[in-house]
Amino acid sequence: MSLAPAEVLSALQGKFAQVTARPSGDHPAVNVPMADAVALLRHLRDERGFDFLVDVTGIDWDVDASPRFSVVWHLFSTRDHGYLRVVAACASDTEPSAPSVAALWPAADWHERETYDLLGIRFENHPDLRRILMWEGYPYHPLRKDFPLAGIDVPLPDLEVGEVTRATAAPAPMVGGPFVASTGEMNLTEAEPRAKDESWDERKEKPDTL
Amino acid sequence: MVTSNTDLAYNTKIEDTLVVTKADAVINWLRSSSIWPMPMGLACCGIELMASGNSRFDIARFGAEVMRFSPRQSDCMIVAGTVTYKMAPHVRRIYDQMAEPKWVIAMGACASSGGMYRSYATLQGVDRIIPVDVYVSGCPPRPEALLDALIKMQEKIRRQPAARELLGGAKAKSA
Repeated sequence: MSLAPAEVLSALQGKFAQVTARPSGDHPAVNVPMADAVALLRHLRDERGFDFLVDVTGIDWDVDASPRFSVVWHLFSTRDHGYLRVVAACASDTEPSAPSVAALWPAADWHERETYDLLGIRFENHPDLRRILMWEGYPYHPLRKDFPLAGIDVPLPDLEVGEVTRATAAPAPMVGGPFVASTGEMNLTEAEPRAKDESWDERKEKPDTL
Repeated sequence: MVTSNTDLAYNTKIEDTLVVTKADAVINWLRSSSIWPMPMGLACCGIELMASGNSRFDIARFGAEVMRFSPRQSDCMIVAGTVTYKMAPHVRRIYDQMAEPKWVIAMGACASSGGMYRSYATLQGVDRIIPVDVYVSGCPPRPEALLDALIKMQEKIRRQPAARELLGGAKAKSA
């Protein structure tokens, strides 16, 4: 299978009419309805040689966006040495869910747990959908757009220790931060404070003031 | 001992069979010369901690080479690395399991203050859950910095009223 984007799309559309092209700066990418996602991924694995699941992740587009959440699968073919990105939007903006592909690639197990942990996307039929980074019982999903980087005050995972130490998972002090900017708000290279004194390159001279 | 003797070793011709000193000095000398660390290596500082134990830096010169992986046998917890909120209760419980007297070194920026991790996941300094005796700056600190912290902690141990705490029935540790 050749991996030119147009050919990937036409080859897949022959079998999955719902598959559409997705703008991509690097590898071929396709959009697919969530209902067809597992069938498409199974087809890619069994018929197209995409035997290696590189990554499962998710996107929170914005608090007000609809569909708000997308799930992204990155596939690699060790036969043809090429990547393919498959994206499906979650139907619900409040209780997002997606089918698990842990049965297709065991590698998906922990990736899906991480996506569930940080974005709150539930993976149906996952063998063991527990949090993987934050602790059991943590009430938020930190990579959602409405979650502040500093965090929200919650008790420590161990209530007994929390009682003895009177410590909580309190918001981190953001001295001069947070050092992030929303997409499109400004140039991220310039938004990074570290870059303010190092932001010269071949196009922009080093400032004399430094 | 204040004598005009400049011999480094114990000299029976001068001292005979009797040494006069203070209980504090003896107890603190024992304690400070054989600190058994509890290596709480949680991130890259743990690698520098391992380097401190190796022959180039040789933490054994200060009597602290006996890394104990059981808190019951340890005197000094070296918190080397980023403490996440998920890990924090375990650090505290291991500290609780160490026998008195016990000390804590916060090694590196993360253990001291959360370091560069100003985020929802990271404890902003291990001193929020356990009492810290010595802080080491650096990200990660070089082994020399850790050895300096160890020497500073030995000096601190030698200033403690050990005999009163041990024999006087007073409260255990004056941290």
